[in-house]
Amino acid sequence: MTLFVAPSPVSLSEVSALVCFLLILLVPFAGVGLALINCGLGRARSAAHAMLAALLVTAVAALVYVIVGFAWQGAAGRPEHVLIVGGKAWGWIAAEPFFLRGLRLDLSPAALVVLLQLFSVGLAGLIPLSSGADRWRLGATCASTALLAGCTYPLFANWAWGGGWLAQIGANCGLGRGFLDGGGSGAIQVTGGLTALSITWILRPRRGKFSAEGLPAALPGHSAVLVLVGCSFAWIGWIGLNSGGAILFLGVEPARVVLIAVNTTLCAAASGLTTMVVTRVRFSRPDASLSANGWVAGLVASSAAAAFMKPAAAIIVGALAGIVVPLVADLLEFQLAIDDPGGAISVHAVGGLWGLLAVALLTDAGAPGRSGGQWLAQLVGMATLLGFVLPLSYGLNWLLDRVYPQRAQREGELQGMDLYELGAGAYPEFDIHGDEFLPR
Amino acid sequence: MKLAGFLLLVAGWAIVVCALVLLPSAGPRTAFALAGMAVELLGLALAVRSHLVLEAEGE
Repeated sequence: MTLFVAPSPVSLSEVSALVCFLLILLVPFAGVGLALINCGLGRARSAAHAMLAALLVTAVAALVYVIVGFAWQGAAGRPEHVLIVGGKAWGWIAAEPFFLRGLRLDLSPAALVVLLQLFSVGLAGLIPLSSGADRWRLGATCASTALLAGCTYPLFANWAWGGGWLAQIGANCGLGRGFLDGGGSGAIQVTGGLTALSITWILRPRRGKFSAEGLPAALPGHSAVLVLVGCSFAWIGWIGLNSGGAILFLGVEPARVVLIAVNTTLCAAASGLTTMVVTRVRFSRPDASLSANGWVAGLVASSAAAAFMKPAAAIIVGALAGIVVPLVADLLEFQLAIDDPGGAISVHAVGGLWGLLAVALLTDAGAPGRSGGQWLAQLVGMATLLGFVLPLSYGLNWLLDRVYPQRAQREGELQGMDLYELGAGAYPEFDIHGDEFLPR
Repeated sequence: MKLAGFLLLVAGWAIVVCALVLLPSAGPRTAFALAGMAVELLGLALAVRSHLVLEAEGE
């Protein structure tokens, strides 16, 4: 194990750094969007709980990331622990001090990475919230987020963005430009989506979700308005996320942000419309919640490839994401008995994996000097997410559940998480309906 | 069964990483990487299946 400093691929003029800084300031809107979507897709009697949990997750993620997360993740051009295998250096974890010590927080690329990651890690933490809706205790939510922000996320982010081995497989193995994930389809979305899968397995389905025969009951979200407004906020945030990430992690010139914004929008538009058509064909009416999920899946799928795609390719990427999302959501609920109220697994995990693959299939990412190995580089990144991030996330949350049970007691689910954990509901002037639509 | 599923996930990833580091030529490297991915999918299927069995027992 050796300490090594990789050359930074990014050098920014002051104006470019300022543009990047302003773009990064848009990213919290993505968090607001996801929080509103999570809240709207949950029950009215857990609405305040859902919004408070979103705020707490963002806070815990930011604190833990600053304390330990950045020390593991680092940034390209900063000190890194490497393993020498076959005469080549493979970075596996950053060698930064805790609490951001020694880092000047100015307009340097490393400082901008810290700022972007401060928001991104919160975004990743918000994703599992929707899959644990109506039954995940606040304390457990915070503890699980601490594990994500302090361990799972920084490790993969180091490998993909911090000069780690996934970023190096282009130079070390001749696989295109190495693993490419500018806006975080893998590092943010799939990591969050796979954590959501772990959480649904650990928490198990909501009470009354599946009958004794295993048939799922419809537990509709309480506000389609919140969900659809959340989509608009997410759109703004994603433009900042994709643009800032592409500048900082891929080294694209800031002038390319126009292409990135166009591609991000086209992806979301194509995906949302396609999902609406699919649900219209299947159920004879468009489904608002699924269409909103389709919109977000388009944003998720755009993240990795937005800087490299032509607009026509962005439409194809979005359209395919829009077809896949409702089908996977059905598969999870009807065939695999997975209760994911907000669709985090289908939207973020599956949409993100598709986005990573799209980099190799539908972009000019490997050019110039395209070696044909870009698809293998993307495949290695996807294999790492499934083979490392999922077991690690499940293992950590399983251990946490043994020490501190994550699921609320029975009465918590029956009276709603608002009353159970907060002592007051989100809508005290309105009549909150119980489970009268569920089979007894 | 769930543990076996997760072990297969990790094993598949190890195959992919080893193929990348140890095999210099493109053909065998690609073949092993795809094989590793197949092992991972098998592990994922096993983990999902074990979850289904647990749910049925819970009912």
